[in-house]
Amino acid sequence: MNSATSVRMLSVLVVPLIGFLAALCVPRRRPENSRALALTMSLLAFLDALMLVAQFDRGQGGEQFSIDIPWITSPDIHFATSVNGVSLWLIVLTAFLTPLCVLVSWRSIQNRAKEFYAFLLLLEFGLIGVFLAQDLFLFYVFWEVSLVPMYFLIGIWGHDRRIYAAVKFFLYTMAGSVLMLTAIIYLYNQAHTFSYPKILDMLSRGDLSFTSGEQMLLFLAFFVAFAIKVPLFPLHTWLPDAHVEAPTAGSIMLASVMLKMGTYGIYHFCLPLFPRAAHSCAPWIAVLAIIGIIYGALVAMVQPNMKKLVAYSSVSHLGFVVLGIFSFSQMGLDGAVYQMLNHGISTGALFAIVGLLYERRHSLAIDDFGGVATVAPWLSTAFLITTLASIGLPLLNNFVGEFLVLQGTAMEHYQWTIYASIGVILSACYMLWMYQRVFYGEAGHEVRSHIPDLNPREWAAVIPLIAMMVWMGVYSQSFLPPVSKVSALVLEQSKINVTTRVQAAPPVGQEEHDQGVARGRGRPPHLSVLAEAANAR
Amino acid sequence: MQLWLIPLLPLAGFLINGVFGRRYSKSLVNAVAIGSVVLSFAWVVKTLLGVDLNTAHTEHYFTWIQSGTLSIGADFAVDRLTAVMLLVVTGIGSLIHIYAIGYMAHEGGYYRFFAYLNLFMFFMLVLVLGANYLVLFVGWEGVGLCSYLLIGFYFDKKIATNAGNKAFIVNRIGDFGFSLAMFYIVRNFGSLDFGTVFGQAAGKSEAVLTTIGLLLLVGACGKSAQLPLYVWLPDAMAGPTPVSALIHAATMVTAGVYMCARSFPIYVHAPDAMSAIAIVGIATAFFAATIGLAQNDIKKVFAYSTVSQLGYMFVGVGCGAFSAGIYHLMTHAFFKALLFLGSGSVIHALSGEQDMRNMGGLRKKIKWTFLVMMCAAVAIAGIPPFSGFFSKDAILLAAYAHAPWMYWLGTLTAGMTAFYVFRAMFMTFFGDYRGHQHPHESGPVMLIPLAILAVLSLAGGYLFKVPEFLRPFFVGVEEVPENFNLMIYSSLAGVAGIALAWLMYVAKLGMADSFAGSMKGLYTLVYNKYFVDEIYDAAVVKPLVGGSRLVLWKGMDAGFIDGMVNGAGARARNLGSVLRLMQSGNIRSYATWVLLGSLGVIAVIVGIASAGGIR
Repeated sequence: MNSATSVRMLSVLVVPLIGFLAALCVPRRRPENSRALALTMSLLAFLDALMLVAQFDRGQGGEQFSIDIPWITSPDIHFATSVNGVSLWLIVLTAFLTPLCVLVSWRSIQNRAKEFYAFLLLLEFGLIGVFLAQDLFLFYVFWEVSLVPMYFLIGIWGHDRRIYAAVKFFLYTMAGSVLMLTAIIYLYNQAHTFSYPKILDMLSRGDLSFTSGEQMLLFLAFFVAFAIKVPLFPLHTWLPDAHVEAPTAGSIMLASVMLKMGTYGIYHFCLPLFPRAAHSCAPWIAVLAIIGIIYGALVAMVQPNMKKLVAYSSVSHLGFVVLGIFSFSQMGLDGAVYQMLNHGISTGALFAIVGLLYERRHSLAIDDFGGVATVAPWLSTAFLITTLASIGLPLLNNFVGEFLVLQGTAMEHYQWTIYASIGVILSACYMLWMYQRVFYGEAGHEVRSHIPDLNPREWAAVIPLIAMMVWMGVYSQSFLPPVSKVSALVLEQSKINVTTRVQAAPPVGQEEHDQGVARGRGRPPHLSVLAEAANAR
Repeated sequence: MQLWLIPLLPLAGFLINGVFGRRYSKSLVNAVAIGSVVLSFAWVVKTLLGVDLNTAHTEHYFTWIQSGTLSIGADFAVDRLTAVMLLVVTGIGSLIHIYAIGYMAHEGGYYRFFAYLNLFMFFMLVLVLGANYLVLFVGWEGVGLCSYLLIGFYFDKKIATNAGNKAFIVNRIGDFGFSLAMFYIVRNFGSLDFGTVFGQAAGKSEAVLTTIGLLLLVGACGKSAQLPLYVWLPDAMAGPTPVSALIHAATMVTAGVYMCARSFPIYVHAPDAMSAIAIVGIATAFFAATIGLAQNDIKKVFAYSTVSQLGYMFVGVGCGAFSAGIYHLMTHAFFKALLFLGSGSVIHALSGEQDMRNMGGLRKKIKWTFLVMMCAAVAIAGIPPFSGFFSKDAILLAAYAHAPWMYWLGTLTAGMTAFYVFRAMFMTFFGDYRGHQHPHESGPVMLIPLAILAVLSLAGGYLFKVPEFLRPFFVGVEEVPENFNLMIYSSLAGVAGIALAWLMYVAKLGMADSFAGSMKGLYTLVYNKYFVDEIYDAAVVKPLVGGSRLVLWKGMDAGFIDGMVNGAGARARNLGSVLRLMQSGNIRSYATWVLLGSLGVIAVIVGIASAGGIR
């Protein structure tokens, strides 16, 4: 892959930024121009993302379209980006959802439309950057960049308790970010580079190693930052508030993409960097994930507010993702990534349609609805399909992800699967109960007079989501193979590094034996590590 | 062979009617819906005539899921077992579709009904054609979805949507077991393909196979409404009657039996799991029959009867008489579909009346309906030589070989079956009319399917010798010798049941009431279905919902965790100035804050690390 192509591929990141800057220049009194601009730029970015898919070499698992431009010399920070089979799809997901967000905000955002669309595009820029960044400092910058527009989206265009929700969201995330930044700086002090590929390389060659205490603390610093974002039980309480208060587009981007920053971070950074710590924490994290799955579902079941219900369902669904990652199995990792994408599509659609209902009825309370199926059959059908996707019906997207996560977990820890599967039962309970109360029954006067069926613009937002649910559910081969390649790599890295660490700080008494083995084989140390890793299995 | 055409035709019907049906005339909706199913039936027949059934014929279309070493294909296969199921599903399905033209003629949502019905056919055919457990599971979940949609077809009625939810959720509990079985299969076999798994089954330990068998049984109990997961099926009668006939009697609810029979290579090496199936089956058969004795809603009687008859099928499978289970599955599809459709004709005639206490004397008013239902009644009662006799007899023989007490309990149940079915027949068709409607006979579009099913109910046992047909399929399964005496006893039980019903509901009308009065406690218990729904509600649903609301949500989430966070937040309120500054665009103070915090943490980490670290 030559560098010219790589630079051209960067347009997926640049276009939203240009859009953001352009949106700032649009006169405030012409909100329709802001919308049109946002739609155009986000569609352009989506086209760029599709180009990325087209150019992506599916036969190869590693990073592609790598760019490395020195940015700041001291400390040595680079603008380093690249794409792998996982970040590829997360970027496509982001670029896919942003235009849909513009569409669902079309009428509902009248107040300060200019700033709204500008922030939306800035958010897209930040999110795509997070998935592209290969320099840890750059990653941190994008991580924070994405935080700011979301804070404003909630704080300015949210509902009644928006300030509380925005501040809570901000504080929670900041608490994690600080830990992560600390860990990144510590890593830099050890490795003298922020370059993620270089650090991995040093780890695999044994040039860089941590004591188990160091590794554990660093792992936890990263992990807590990511776990807050996921959110993993019990760090989840910012999420329901943020969702309930956020405008529809904010909820969609938050649930569909921002939460994936956390799971992507765990998958992409925590496992390869700190495999020993990850392995030793895995049982604890799995317990939290399983609690999250069941707890999120049970709490979702009793919510009187649609958005809150969907928010808690996210806690449950993301628990599956975390569980899959910490199953340390190929299927679990594949399923976790697939589930990130699935959750992005189906929960995005849930929030989108709930947003449409809110626009019509000006309420999110389940009790204010009932009988919507009578007056808006297509809207109800769209929501039904989304509901079914969300509860993991086969031939729709979530099923494939959930199946792989649970199967992968069952390969390593069958008991975990038993508990986690309870979540699948409960998901049917809370979603169908909500569906029944909102869409079935007799339509009251309010519902009858206020809820028209989908209009063409809304169709345009909903149809692509449903098409994706079906496509991803029926033909996962379009998406999974590149993911599998990356998962295999992550799995391999985490295994190699385990033994590296063993060699770097061997227990007393074991040391001589190990050295003897390495000497006896007469191989360079990193190769003997590989051999040992193979023996260990 | 183009097996994919078989399910794809109804799917196309679903898509066409689902998207455009609202604008179509009824006759166009009919043409699409019935045409697709009849074509599918024709394609089944053509396929089966052109294929050698002695070897499984598998078709691979594409890879559905591929990860690591696991590869799951979208594969269909046809063998002898599938052949029987395909014919039953598309054959009975076609008849019920045609019947529904008449039954649903005056209902709203006409196109929606047929779209769902077509979708059901698609999933049911996927279920029986699937060549691995996961494709079977696609159909399994899909038919559950259609069941949910059709039970709640009258979605403005709360009772209907409640029943739909209940069906879906209880089935999910069963699916929990089924999924765990699949995970366990992959863990031990590395594949979900029937061929691979069954080929290796003999080499696996009995513990593994028993675990798989029991987990599969949990799934089957959900779908086929066995103890303790049967509770959804009686409520499912809230759906339109053709749905009760097609989904909740003839096809979907037998999926559990099909799945267990399909998994016979696992079960034959797991005798404990098989015993469990048989015990669940006989217990359900008996238990549900007792409830059926005292119901007054005509559809509820047949619903409990279905639960009970499914229990028989489980007894067959559990006692190793797999082919007898499938045999009964087929004959039951004939006579129970007929009973439901017939009762639909009665309900139709009485403009929606379902309570048998408001019926009576209808045999003169709707003669054809009476005649066809009588055919089904003698078939289910096990009177020789009608269809139910053959299959029930085959099952009871196997039960006797397995454990004689099962035979006797099964025979007693057969007597009760004959009693409650004929009780329903007598209450509906004999005596004097007790209602206030003006009964009218159904049109030919309803009666012709009924007549065909009547012929099948009477002669189906002769016409289709399923056990002989399936013998080459169930290889390695022992046959049970004929036993003429046992045959006599179970037939006599049927006759006795009919006679008793005659006595109580025709000859001496007051007898039933005085009998119920003399055993008031027991009668109340049975009449109220042993209060199982109430017990589940009090023991599971209420604590779960209440606990989630009070303990988890209000207590844990809003109270404890958020309390801690907000407490921290209140102390950090002064820090709110940071945020306020930020909102004014002052990024620097925010950065300072981040930096200060980070430095603090770094200091701590460095301090700890340099002090020797934490080992």
